[in-house]
Amino acid sequence: MAGHIDERKLVSGALVIIAIATLALVIMPYIQLKHIKAPDALKPYTDVQAKGRQVYMSLGCVYCHTQQPRDPSFAPADAKRGWGRASTAADYAYDQVHLLGTMRTGPDLLNIGARQPSQDWHLGHLYQPRAYTPGSIMPAFPFLFIERKGPAKPGDVVVNLPPSYAKPGITIVATTDAVNLVEYMKSLDRTYPIKKTIAESLTIDKPNTAKTSADEPAAETK
Amino acid sequence: MHPFSMIDNTALILLLAFSISVIGLFVFIWSMSNGFFNTKQSGANIIFAENEIGLVEDPAANQTDHRLQDAAGKTDAHLSAAELDDRLMADKSSAIPAFVCLLAGMCWLIIGSAAAIVSSIKLHNPDWLVDSAWLTFGRLRTIHLNSIIYGWCSMAGIGVSLWLLPRLLKTPLVGAKFVYWGAMLWHVALMCGVTAIGLGYTDGMEWLEMPWEIDIFIVIGGALMGVPLFLTLMNRKVDHLYVSVWYIGAALIWFPILFFIANIPNLHFGVEGAAMNWWFGHNVLGLWFTPIGLAAAYYFIPKVLGRPIYSYNLSLLGFWCLAFFYSQVGGHHLIGGPLPTWMVTLSIVQSVMMIIPVFAVAVNHHMTVGGNIKAVVHSPTLRFVVLGSMLYVAASVQGSMEALRSVNLITHFTHYTVAHAHLGMYGFFTMVMFGSIYFIMPRIVGWEWPYPWMISAHFWLVSIGFAIYFIGLSIGGWLQGLDMLDASKPFMDSVAVTIPYLKARSFGGSLMGLGHTIFVVHFFLISLRYGTKKEPAVLIPKVNIPFIKDAKITAQELKRG
Repeated sequence: MAGHIDERKLVSGALVIIAIATLALVIMPYIQLKHIKAPDALKPYTDVQAKGRQVYMSLGCVYCHTQQPRDPSFAPADAKRGWGRASTAADYAYDQVHLLGTMRTGPDLLNIGARQPSQDWHLGHLYQPRAYTPGSIMPAFPFLFIERKGPAKPGDVVVNLPPSYAKPGITIVATTDAVNLVEYMKSLDRTYPIKKTIAESLTIDKPNTAKTSADEPAAETK
Repeated sequence: MHPFSMIDNTALILLLAFSISVIGLFVFIWSMSNGFFNTKQSGANIIFAENEIGLVEDPAANQTDHRLQDAAGKTDAHLSAAELDDRLMADKSSAIPAFVCLLAGMCWLIIGSAAAIVSSIKLHNPDWLVDSAWLTFGRLRTIHLNSIIYGWCSMAGIGVSLWLLPRLLKTPLVGAKFVYWGAMLWHVALMCGVTAIGLGYTDGMEWLEMPWEIDIFIVIGGALMGVPLFLTLMNRKVDHLYVSVWYIGAALIWFPILFFIANIPNLHFGVEGAAMNWWFGHNVLGLWFTPIGLAAAYYFIPKVLGRPIYSYNLSLLGFWCLAFFYSQVGGHHLIGGPLPTWMVTLSIVQSVMMIIPVFAVAVNHHMTVGGNIKAVVHSPTLRFVVLGSMLYVAASVQGSMEALRSVNLITHFTHYTVAHAHLGMYGFFTMVMFGSIYFIMPRIVGWEWPYPWMISAHFWLVSIGFAIYFIGLSIGGWLQGLDMLDASKPFMDSVAVTIPYLKARSFGGSLMGLGHTIFVVHFFLISLRYGTKKEPAVLIPKVNIPFIKDAKITAQELKRG
């Protein structure tokens, strides 16, 4: 058996390989990104917004919506659709769990708060997306609302649906989860300009470094 | 001032890429000088007994005719009584631990498939089943992923690995009780994890949704199930470790490390979390499922055909190349994202380098099967494993292409990526597991598969179903990507264009689900030894009948044991 030489090769080889990979893809980014500070214009999430972010995570919004507009030199359509300038690592300074996403079944939401600041719109859209966007395949979230017969009670957050979707005699009332989720989405606004520093330019992946969106004014996102 | 900001962007990228390559080169030289590749072709023969080469073995094939043997070529190859004893002893030692894992895997396959089909239909019927939170797309899709990845794929992979080890090491499995404890912990944890996702408790990162408190038990369970590997290795009777042992051994080391680091709470932050997320996400494929799938393919293809692997050297070179390159590809999930360019570029380079180990597998498997299409027809095991092996090559080459920025620009954020992921996890891994289980189960229960038509029905349903799934979703995803990049079109065009293809996916997926149901029913039937008993027992190929009398353990005893 010669002292199980093969086993030692196997274990040491496997450990060296995973160490190199972890160094390159976890530890190096950790060291580089650890020092990046939040821009002044970016505020930490309030308690309500943080709770809304938990609802966003728990309902799995991230599986259909990204939060990462790309640089115009790479994917110009992102900015042209009004999704905002390319985001940098600093824009996520308060995101304890990242929600960058990998899928755009629906649009990017990093700046949805700037694009659509109306609570009414968001609540109604969550209750029935097709009342606002014909052809949308976003699920309806009726379980985030209470259907109440008769008029609203004091303190109720009432959802104002478009007339063709409203049910006579029924008042749609948003739950706390729905209100918190909307507060979170309204807070999604990274349209403030960013200073182009070397540290920041290191944290956008783009093939063409000659021209960056940071040199231009932030795209109008309304 | 932060030290990294002192260095110019491009210089940093080059410096890092250079240092990593140099480290890689040194590791390579070191491994050469330590004899990692000084293997002789004879290593390929280690899975056979002394005079066994030429003898086919597929317990899932029809044992009453010689068509598989005829397809592979006539032979006077045989096992001696002692060798047969060893083989039977090896199979007996792993039977119950492997069965426990496979049985659990079957249950998760059904749960995962059901969640998949409902999720798929929801994408084109968004007002269907919307009244309960746990049935919303975002949760059900996640239940599907976790059930399939940590339930079906991991359990099937561990079951097949445990069953292979005694054969590969010619040593009875040591430490079966660790498997029982490990499997129990793993399953209780997974059930809690999936329930937690349904209730909305999630850690929020793809592939890492289960709450970390639950993950602790997955890590312990996984580590326990790996213990028999090391105990059996310590007692092994073979001098050389066959390539499949390298793959399985490394995978069982890698997975607990990956899963542990990825789930440490409050360590990861902001976009660093995203880098870690995809370091984990792609390494689960590259360092966990792929090695196990390839280990099975590297055993079953030569074993069924009775023909050693074409180039043994190439298979081991492929192993180390795969390990090195595959472990660094995760960053290609973040192309165009708010992450350091050097990291993403490194991952793109390594993704393209993956062509080397994939080519090694492709050449080896192709040359071993050697166009023996007849054998593939007559062997259910080979049918699934060879198809899986071919789709491995397809998925890998496609993956390398998708990592290129120009292609990624179109495919990123679309259903094209979903189709690609299924080509890897389903077309490759799951197909190989199906084939392996067809081989293994008759050996575990000492009984033939009761209904060969169910194997055929399973094969055609999942093959056709998956073809519809993959082709449909790939086309739909590509069109979606093109529409999304064209800012002159409203975003909703990129949604509308996918609808017919999403429906095709639901249809193809339903055929796959039907195939799985037939497979699982058949699995339960063979487990209950359903159907008529056939002689000779499937345990010993006809060629060996003269030796049955001499063997100490007969098929009958094995069944009783």
